[in-house]
Amino acid sequence: MGSASSTLTQYDIEDVQQHCNNLFSQQEIVSLYKRFCQLDRTAKGFISADEFLSVPEFAMNPLSQRLLKMVDGLNFKDFVIFLSAFSAKASMPQKIEIIFKVYDSDYNGKVTFKDIMEVLRDLSGSYMSDKQIEEVLIKVMQEAGYSKDSSLLLDDFVKILEHPGLKMEVEVPVD
Amino acid sequence: MASVACFTFRRRELLNKMSSSNLELDLDRPNIEDYLTTDSIQEPRGKLRLRDLLDISPTLTEAGGAIVDDSFTRCFKSNPPEPWNWNVYLFPLWCLGVVVRYGILFPVRVLILTLGWIIFLSCYIPVHLLLKGHDKLRKKLERGLVELICSFFVASWTGVVKYHGPRPCARPKQVFVANHTSMIDFIILEQMTAFAVIMQKHPGWVGLLQSTILESVGCIWFNRSEAKDREIVARKLREHVEGPDNNPLLIFPEGTCVNNHYTVMFKKGAFELGSTVCPIAIKYNKIFVDAFWNSKKQSFTTHLLQLMTSWAVVCDVWYLEPQNMKPGETPIEFAERVREIISARAGIKMVPWDGFLKYSRPSPKHRERKQQAFAESVLRRLEDK
Repeated sequence: MGSASSTLTQYDIEDVQQHCNNLFSQQEIVSLYKRFCQLDRTAKGFISADEFLSVPEFAMNPLSQRLLKMVDGLNFKDFVIFLSAFSAKASMPQKIEIIFKVYDSDYNGKVTFKDIMEVLRDLSGSYMSDKQIEEVLIKVMQEAGYSKDSSLLLDDFVKILEHPGLKMEVEVPVD
Repeated sequence: MASVACFTFRRRELLNKMSSSNLELDLDRPNIEDYLTTDSIQEPRGKLRLRDLLDISPTLTEAGGAIVDDSFTRCFKSNPPEPWNWNVYLFPLWCLGVVVRYGILFPVRVLILTLGWIIFLSCYIPVHLLLKGHDKLRKKLERGLVELICSFFVASWTGVVKYHGPRPCARPKQVFVANHTSMIDFIILEQMTAFAVIMQKHPGWVGLLQSTILESVGCIWFNRSEAKDREIVARKLREHVEGPDNNPLLIFPEGTCVNNHYTVMFKKGAFELGSTVCPIAIKYNKIFVDAFWNSKKQSFTTHLLQLMTSWAVVCDVWYLEPQNMKPGETPIEFAERVREIISARAGIKMVPWDGFLKYSRPSPKHRERKQQAFAESVLRRLEDK
């Protein structure tokens, strides 16, 4: 499935399904393939950053640049694996893992105070000063038992974020 | 859920406040809150905790949702027809159809079109050159001739057009607006009434036609890529509408071709001229061919050839009741109201996107609105104990 041809064989579908641990049904994978081909306008086999940004809803998202780093240049299989965290069947730790990866921009397995501040800067733009962000963050981190110098690991994230209200689900339209 | 209603109300307040403070922003303001699922907007309440700051799941869900499906891309999708000719009985029939369409219909149509052009040019050129002094008569004849050549065009694709409603008449202080699917919209409307239209300047033979023949009906050109162009165009529009002898003005406020299943936001230019706006709704029937011109995928020539080798182009045109701006209505509200009328009549859905996003990125102010909402929520919750 190197180049994005418009036909997807049953073998390909099952292969992709296996790789995403059955988090998507076969129909959903076919829909995702159609979407992948729609976004990959020049049929290169991957979607470039520019093509992602041509979706206005995505370009307007404050975290779009961070997500772009994670999705830019993915082939279809990896594209589905990335999106599988958004499936309703995905487990809580899987969803939290993707949140962790968004924060951990240097991929060293640790999220520092600075990393969190950068994400908060993306989310609040020019509407909160760095000083305000720092103050808020120090306060809530202290209340949770962390200091400014703490590094959070994935397990810490799971401990902090895991609660039944955490919903991160996207529905794949199946026509 | 009262809390969700509260939150969406607050966001609406915020958006209204922002949009009234800068009229320039209004041009591409989407009503995003109508399109977000309510379960991704939880009204955050209570003391701010680390979990609340770290939880970026709503924002990520929006981004993921946009990757998987978005209403903007859907507007420009040309759906390929489902193959129906796949069995022993239908396939030979389809092959016969292909032979008839390409072998018989197409040459006949080319002949008709050529005949039309010959008649048109042999009448138009003398009229244009010889009647230079008698402007009124010349314009009348030119108008009739343009309507004639458009009829020939429509015949060359076997256009089956049903016109509903009172035919447009040339009155001062009125403009016509219609939804846009392809450049043939203009030809279909032009064969009934010689409009002056405002269009994007095209290269090639279309551009040649634009600068010669269409110039005589009073067409106005613009260039999407030129920012300053907007003011010049607005001035030209106003001048045209105020001139009593000018042909009625036709504007496609979407600014780009959409696939006839959706309408994108109308640009306010046509709605702030202080004239009556007469909406026209056009709906194509995809039974024989999809008339959507995907300008990124095919040139106009290819598009025309595709139409000429299909059985027919079937469409409905509704001339709707003229609308005036209501007291206290802004041009944008007026534009949206007219868009609703046209969409309802044609049976197509409305989306809150600016058609020009096809060619450019959304402006940063959309992102800024989300950032402002986030910042205010955090700072407010800091006060809560």
